[in-house]
Amino acid sequence: MARNTKKSTARKKVSITGAPRSRPTRRVLVMVATRKGAWLYHGDAARKAWRCNGPHFLGHIVNHLVLDPRDGQTLLAAAKTGHLGPTVFRSTDLGRTWNEAARPPAFRKPADGEAGRAVDHTFWLVPGHASEPGVWYAGTSPQGLFRSEDSGSTWEPFSSINDDLQYRKWMGTVQDGTPDGPKLHSILVDPRDPAHLYFGMSGGGVHESIDAGRSWTPLLKGLEVVEGFDQADATFHDPHCIRLCPSNPDRLYQQNHCGIYRLDRPSNEWARVGSAMPKRVGDIGFPMVVHPRDADTAWVFPMDGTTVWPRTSPEGIPAVYATRNGGKSWGRLDAGLPSEQAWWTVKRQAMTADASDPVGLYFGTTSGEVWASRDEGRKWTCMARHLPEIYAVETAQVA
Amino acid sequence: MKVLIPGALRSYTETSEAEASGATLAAVFADLDRRYEGIRFRVVDEQDRIRPHIRIFVNGRQVRDLWQPLGASDEIVIVQALSGG
Repeated sequence: MARNTKKSTARKKVSITGAPRSRPTRRVLVMVATRKGAWLYHGDAARKAWRCNGPHFLGHIVNHLVLDPRDGQTLLAAAKTGHLGPTVFRSTDLGRTWNEAARPPAFRKPADGEAGRAVDHTFWLVPGHASEPGVWYAGTSPQGLFRSEDSGSTWEPFSSINDDLQYRKWMGTVQDGTPDGPKLHSILVDPRDPAHLYFGMSGGGVHESIDAGRSWTPLLKGLEVVEGFDQADATFHDPHCIRLCPSNPDRLYQQNHCGIYRLDRPSNEWARVGSAMPKRVGDIGFPMVVHPRDADTAWVFPMDGTTVWPRTSPEGIPAVYATRNGGKSWGRLDAGLPSEQAWWTVKRQAMTADASDPVGLYFGTTSGEVWASRDEGRKWTCMARHLPEIYAVETAQVA
Repeated sequence: MKVLIPGALRSYTETSEAEASGATLAAVFADLDRRYEGIRFRVVDEQDRIRPHIRIFVNGRQVRDLWQPLGASDEIVIVQALSGG
């Protein structure tokens, strides 16, 4: 992709229905990243009608598309193609034009002549702390952590984990990870302290830094691993998605390979709150979503994690589950979703919430549909279909 | 020398053919990157390895070594090599 690329866009109206609610003051933008490009959906004030803008980067594998809430205009896309190496595209006009990062995330060359690692794709993008404008973090596959201080134009590796022998051991090899490569994800920045960071590795556990990434400590206590493996070894921990509650940054939720967990700091011990899920559904899945203003409310999207791990909705009947009490109990939210023969699922960064009141929820499916709820999951409507496999869904509030 | 550019990279060059100079393939890619910023990293990774689904041919012969010496009249073809949906 050349720098300064003008983008032609296709537009169509997509309508969703639902009970009238209080009107949000700002418009919601839903950003959808797929295996073959990216799309933007601009909501009306009531989040009833959506204007589709896209495709952007048709044919590119777009793993994440995120708008910086600090300036409301810097939009980053993590992209590659089947042939070409990974890059990051930047827009400051909501996708009308794009520039390519001058130095995308890339590992350092090893000093001792050993074979070095190469970034296959940037998987996760997150803006830094509010007090650090222009700072972004990126997680990659193979697993690596990167930081930009110029709004995503140039990126530097975090050698404290990328080249650390212990972390490299925990990361394993590309054969140890998810089917399309192990991923560093769920980079979390404590809104009270820019030096307090977390991240997860699809194979390698959850880790915390309280010194701006100079050193890291695993956070594994209380988490289960597959039977027969050593619980104390981060190698065997597979977090799928970790979220920090904006309304209470001492509370984290995690969906991982072995269940749904909650952590209340300063404790270091995770509690398995997924045990309260219905037994026939279980508590395996990939995404985890938290309420922007209520730390007791969270949503998950369970999948079939039995036998060979079909990675479909259990029994082909998709449903969101919500807790309103910190995981003590969970309720099924499936009104409007298919009631049979729907064999899709939702990837780890393909489900999110907006900041409206009531909260809007959005998820993208492996079959290319985007589903939305304007009432915190009580009723669902399909707002887009026939897209490529959806990798990520994010929202932003725009003027 | 002449470098034939595959479709996936023409958003950088805007043409199917580019001119570049260098005594090795590495030098040619460095020159291409000066002319078309960002193109090298899409083809050659940070460890100076040609990416898995890219093939480079020099005068019709496949080359994997970036330090391959080149002549001024050599013709380089960059090929995108991947199948599947």
